Amino acid sequence: MSAHISGKDKNDIRVVVGMSGGVDSSVTAKILKDEGYEVIGIFMKNWDDTDDSGFCTATEDYNDVIRVCNQLDIPYYAVNFEKEYWDKVFTYFLEEYKAGRTPNPDVMCNKEIKFKAFLDHAMSLGADYVATGHYAQVRRTNNKVELLRGIDQNKDQTYFLNALSQEQLQHVMFPLGEIEKPRVREIAHEAELATASKKDSTGICFIGERNFKEFLSEFLPAKPGEMQTLDGIVKGKHDGLMYYTLGQRQGLGIGGAGEPWFVVGKDLDTNVLLVGQGFHHPALYSNGLVAEGLNWISGETPVESFQCTAKFRYRQHDHGVTVEPLPDGSVKVWFDEPERAVTPGQSVVFYNEEVCLGGGTIDVVIKD
Amino acid sequence: MESIYLDHAATSPVHPEVLKAMQPYNETFFGNPSSIHRFGRDARRGLDQSREYIAQIINASFEEIIFTSGGTEADNLAVIGSANANKHNGKHVITTKIEHHGVLHAFQYLEKQGFRVTYLDVNEQGVVSLDQLHSVICDETILVSIMFGNNEVGTIQPIQEIGNLLSEHQAIFHTDAVQAVGMEPIDVKVQGIDLLAASGHKLNGPNGIGFLYAKKGVKLSPLLFGGEQERKRRAGTENVPAIVGMKKALELTVKEREQRKEQYNHFKKRMLDIFNEAHIPYHLNGSENEGLAHILNVSFPGLNIESILMNLDLEGVAVSSGSACTAGSINPSHVLMAMYDDESLSHSAVRFSFGYGNDHEQVDKAAYLVIKVMKRLMKLK
Repeated sequence: MSAHISGKDKNDIRVVVGMSGGVDSSVTAKILKDEGYEVIGIFMKNWDDTDDSGFCTATEDYNDVIRVCNQLDIPYYAVNFEKEYWDKVFTYFLEEYKAGRTPNPDVMCNKEIKFKAFLDHAMSLGADYVATGHYAQVRRTNNKVELLRGIDQNKDQTYFLNALSQEQLQHVMFPLGEIEKPRVREIAHEAELATASKKDSTGICFIGERNFKEFLSEFLPAKPGEMQTLDGIVKGKHDGLMYYTLGQRQGLGIGGAGEPWFVVGKDLDTNVLLVGQGFHHPALYSNGLVAEGLNWISGETPVESFQCTAKFRYRQHDHGVTVEPLPDGSVKVWFDEPERAVTPGQSVVFYNEEVCLGGGTIDVVIKD
Repeated sequence: MESIYLDHAATSPVHPEVLKAMQPYNETFFGNPSSIHRFGRDARRGLDQSREYIAQIINASFEEIIFTSGGTEADNLAVIGSANANKHNGKHVITTKIEHHGVLHAFQYLEKQGFRVTYLDVNEQGVVSLDQLHSVICDETILVSIMFGNNEVGTIQPIQEIGNLLSEHQAIFHTDAVQAVGMEPIDVKVQGIDLLAASGHKLNGPNGIGFLYAKKGVKLSPLLFGGEQERKRRAGTENVPAIVGMKKALELTVKEREQRKEQYNHFKKRMLDIFNEAHIPYHLNGSENEGLAHILNVSFPGLNIESILMNLDLEGVAVSSGSACTAGSINPSHVLMAMYDDESLSHSAVRFSFGYGNDHEQVDKAAYLVIKVMKRLMKLK
């Protein structure tokens, strides 16, 4: 572990672990405890999904946190950030959908909740660090902190951590960045942790296993409209533009001869969903983008154009790009090769080899 | 790190003498008190002696004591059992806004069953108004449930005046005395109480045991069905070792009542003096001298209760926010909300509750640790 505070023994270094009740954060706590840190487990309740029968996912998850913490013999607590989550993450999430974009609540949650509200809370408990089960690494050099990809390239989560600042990263530990996911399960099984066989959570945390369309319709009125080709030929009806994302094939309900149909665009003004035939439909391809709300992890904003690699969505391979800083702080990003389905609202995240440089929100996609 | 336990109103350590009294009933007199053999008779003797003693300390009679699994069951049996058994006389019931959830949620259940419930207000000290009670009670009223001493702020209600007011009315008078029994003198006849709930574990007795006093003639529908124990009002084999333990715990508390009260009042004063000396801004909830002696409730407005409790725990001081809270629950105390209608006061309250094993050094040390935590949190703000 790279965290050292001069003159402090590990057992005097207090680390607050954000525990979700899943296997990753359970093993995070286990590793830190084994290394000799003073570890405290804290569960964050950010969303209430209590149903008619009184069942609440958060209560179940917290019970798992309690079981694991007792196995590790560390204190545990729960904190409530429902209000903060609603104000900072969920409101943004809805606004973006209203604007016809595809938001990334996990990026916002890391920036505003896990590494802000939660970090502040941990600091109020006298913590030296907070740790989470993210697959990423931090490297501390010359009073700077760098964010590095996790060793397990398949699980690397730096994409979601691109909005963190130096101040935030200074207090962060990611023990899982140095190991691979299968090893995490092994450690959990070896230690017989209560969460060793628990299924990994998927999707957006507050939606969980529920139907996305149904969930969104509870909060935003759906405006059904027409599906049209780029030539204006009506191909059917859509249920509301917010339910679709660029490059999507499923759920269009257009049959017939030829190649399958894909979402190739949205026209918010006329409430038309643009569709086209073929995975490689030219309308899905772009050569560049404009991103706003940039965060540079080093704390230094580049002024000259530079080359690096980028991801336009999670779990994508890196693509060669040229980043051109603009005077207002936003950037233009030019792709070495045309890219398919680059989606406004998602993050563009920049890398120099293993180092995550930062990122921003894709605002406009540039074609030609 | 030494741990200081100041959460006796949540639960308390079992007194060594209680353990000693219970031991033969686990090892030797383990029989079922309903059995016809010697083992049964031995157990029955302990059960009857306990029942006799417990009845006597509240001036009730032997057959008026029903043993239950704890305070919550006793409260549920009192509220739901008496409402159901008497609904032919009316469907209006009255309680207060500051009851323990064992009472409050039972009334919410009654509400769903079609009863009309009036929740009495309290003043800023947490005391109900006899005038309001007088004005809401009507011919339809069949039950009035008002707690004896509050578990969060320690306020004691004018039980005898309420008993007097209800003496000529059909309504049954129930009081939740879980925090008060042993600590405060209780005389169900003088105070006009029809039903009274209590538990063992707040007074250094074992967990999982309690009793309901039910005045002869008060009709109760049982909640549990099975054997004919407790005069058919509470089925299930009696937990004899725990009952014997509860009796012993009550005996010790009653014997030492005045010394304990004096000691706890001194602890309270000492803590508040230390807060004052350190110029820590706080607000005392309830009365310093007139409430239950073992409960001190203080708000630290502007500070986050979750941070306070966690910090104190990490410093080794065990306290609570009043009523036990669930995973990440942010609900402000319903008791303090009823007293002040102020979220800031209601969401920053710490309850210190004293009991067996606490001494002056612990109380001083805890008070200084509170100051340490408060100063740190105020600096961070």
